[in-house]
Amino acid sequence: MKYVDEFRDPEKAQTLVEKIRALVDQIDACKSRPLYIMEVCGGHTHAIFRYGIESMLPEEIELVHGPGCPVCVLPMGRVDDCVAIAETPKVIFTTFGDAMRVPGSSKSLLEAKAGGADVRMVYSPLDSLSLARDNPDKEVVFFGLGFETTMPSTALTVLQAEAEGIENFSLFCNHITIIPAIKAILDAPGVQIDGFLGPGHVSMVIGNAPYDFVADQYDRPLVVTGFEPLDILHGIWMVLEQLASGEARIENQYSRVVPDEGNGPALEAIAKVFELREFFEWRGLGSIDHSGVKMREAYAKYDAERKFSVPDLVIADPKACQCGEVLKGVIKPYDCKLFGNDCTPETPMGALMVSSEGACAAYSRYGRVEKLVPLLGRGAGTGTGKAPQAEVEAP
Amino acid sequence: MSGEGEGKGAKGAAQRRKLGKVDIPTVTMAHGGGGKAMHDFIDDLFVDAFYNEPLAPLEDQARFSIDALARYGDRLAFTTDSYVVSPLEFPGGDIGKLAICGTVNDLAVGGATPLYLSCAVIVEEGVSVDLMRKVARSMAATAVEAGVEVVTGDTKVVERGACDKLFINTAGIGVIRAGVKLGVELAQPDDLVIVNGVLGDHGATILNARGDMKLDTEIFSDCAPLHGLIGALLEAAPNTRFIRDATRGGLATVLNEIARGSEVGIEIREGQIPIRAVVRGFCELLGLDPLYLANEGKIVCVVAKDEAEAALAALRAHPYGKDSVAIGHVTDERPGRVVMTTVLGGRRIVDTLVGEQLPRIC
Repeated sequence: MKYVDEFRDPEKAQTLVEKIRALVDQIDACKSRPLYIMEVCGGHTHAIFRYGIESMLPEEIELVHGPGCPVCVLPMGRVDDCVAIAETPKVIFTTFGDAMRVPGSSKSLLEAKAGGADVRMVYSPLDSLSLARDNPDKEVVFFGLGFETTMPSTALTVLQAEAEGIENFSLFCNHITIIPAIKAILDAPGVQIDGFLGPGHVSMVIGNAPYDFVADQYDRPLVVTGFEPLDILHGIWMVLEQLASGEARIENQYSRVVPDEGNGPALEAIAKVFELREFFEWRGLGSIDHSGVKMREAYAKYDAERKFSVPDLVIADPKACQCGEVLKGVIKPYDCKLFGNDCTPETPMGALMVSSEGACAAYSRYGRVEKLVPLLGRGAGTGTGKAPQAEVEAP
Repeated sequence: MSGEGEGKGAKGAAQRRKLGKVDIPTVTMAHGGGGKAMHDFIDDLFVDAFYNEPLAPLEDQARFSIDALARYGDRLAFTTDSYVVSPLEFPGGDIGKLAICGTVNDLAVGGATPLYLSCAVIVEEGVSVDLMRKVARSMAATAVEAGVEVVTGDTKVVERGACDKLFINTAGIGVIRAGVKLGVELAQPDDLVIVNGVLGDHGATILNARGDMKLDTEIFSDCAPLHGLIGALLEAAPNTRFIRDATRGGLATVLNEIARGSEVGIEIREGQIPIRAVVRGFCELLGLDPLYLANEGKIVCVVAKDEAEAALAALRAHPYGKDSVAIGHVTDERPGRVVMTTVLGGRRIVDTLVGEQLPRIC
């Protein structure tokens, strides 16, 4: 496949891995401890696991899987609100696919659908607007979710609804912004992160300047990185180059997509429709100031939060959940007491087990081959038809 | 078809009676009501399409001679499957073709020669009779290709909303060749894992045919009866350990079933797995993993190392196995796990899906 296979070339990957290894040898810090590099975005986490990138890196490098999976950090109370809206008569509730499975305090959207709610999976907010056009007697709600990557398309859909005078469309806005989350992680006690892979697609919208504080105030390198495996290896190499020379800068590995100044029209659309909330609740990280957006007063009639009465409760994660520590890189998923026992992809308790992009789900599904403890012993196996025991990974 | 009905030669069963006709365009509740309308419906659609001797008397059961069955082998195989695909027609097939191939393949992967199928349909009122006729003819044509007879059946019509247009259940009987021993517990270290061609076509076709993405890409279902291919494989590689059709859950699911069933590890190489560029592109766009996409004409075979060459040659000589390839091998390391060396050169676990595969947000 053109423009894809070029970024998955095994020989080039090997060359990059060798360069990374050479740099690791030059960095004094990793003689006594691992180097912690956080990939901020869930898309990175997915690619890292899908291509087995961790298994190719020198042992001295620990990748920390950051907060950039919008499905993972969605608080349970907001899922309850979605379910409440979806179960309102005459509502068609539309959502991106992977949000369907996220458990609320009593049920997920998938379960609400099975119970009779009209919940439909869409690929774009414009699909929701079409549904609104085609179903004038129904109220069509779009579940707006994601960072600055998905925000512009939602904003433009609201503007389109206004331009067409469509009244039966509204947005349940759960969009969040990445910068305050990165800051919250850097400020958290006990966090040890040496450098960041910045989120490529968010940066395509917001540009590179918003990350300056990471280098200026926290003295950490950040490299805005693409999502193909060679992008990720290249991004890691660029972070290590800075660490080896004692520098901390914001660099752009993904320049084929990310302009330094971001995307003007997208930012305009966002600014027109949305304004910052005072605070927003993140699953696993708690409340973070100015980390979410809501709809401006001018678009109140498209705001599902105002149109529908929702429970609007904050539901705490189970006490034993250590998602926050995993997100901050303080512990690895397998260090959590619940991992693989009470918390599995089948019955997720914490945020990071919910979506395939969550660090715990990824560890559970893909694991690190070299660290696996045997799943089945010969002669003590489970035979056919029986699910294996929880997947276990050696610390 | 080689099966023989009990009545053959006894009396004039071969004399075809005059079949009833349906002369209105849509299915109504009357067509399931037990009266003349129902008999005409069954005659017009199913008896006409499937006509064979065990079916013709329209008894409540089909009858076969045990001696005739015993010519094919020494054990019976019996299976059932229900088909609820939406849309009913898709590039490369329809629900009727699927309902025959699926059950034929479920018999064939056990080493059985498929012989007789049942066909039970549940139809929603309001479905077009022409569509039903088309589906029945498609079933009949596929049955001919698969060398099976549909010998008994049932029709129910339900009120609008009680089912989604048309559901079909087929059950099938086959006879397992003497000496053939296939089982999910029989894979051994050093065995090779072979697939008979490109993966994911059916799953991608159905997703595309639902039209959500409005892609004008042409992808065709691989839906096909594989008894002939499997017969050729077993002839060439009699020590074949295990065969399974990679339907729901795709390749990844079958490999995990083998790893757990045989308490072995399985090592595969992503670069060896044949997937059409168009299907790969489709999966990239939607954030899906082709290893989990359904197939309706693909099998995963575990063959002994010393028979692998003969197995591949036999598979490749068959029209449904031209692109057969070994994608990995069985190992005694990490029993219960499937490990893949990725195109990049990294290694990762390939696990089973938890639920349905849902497109990723970003």
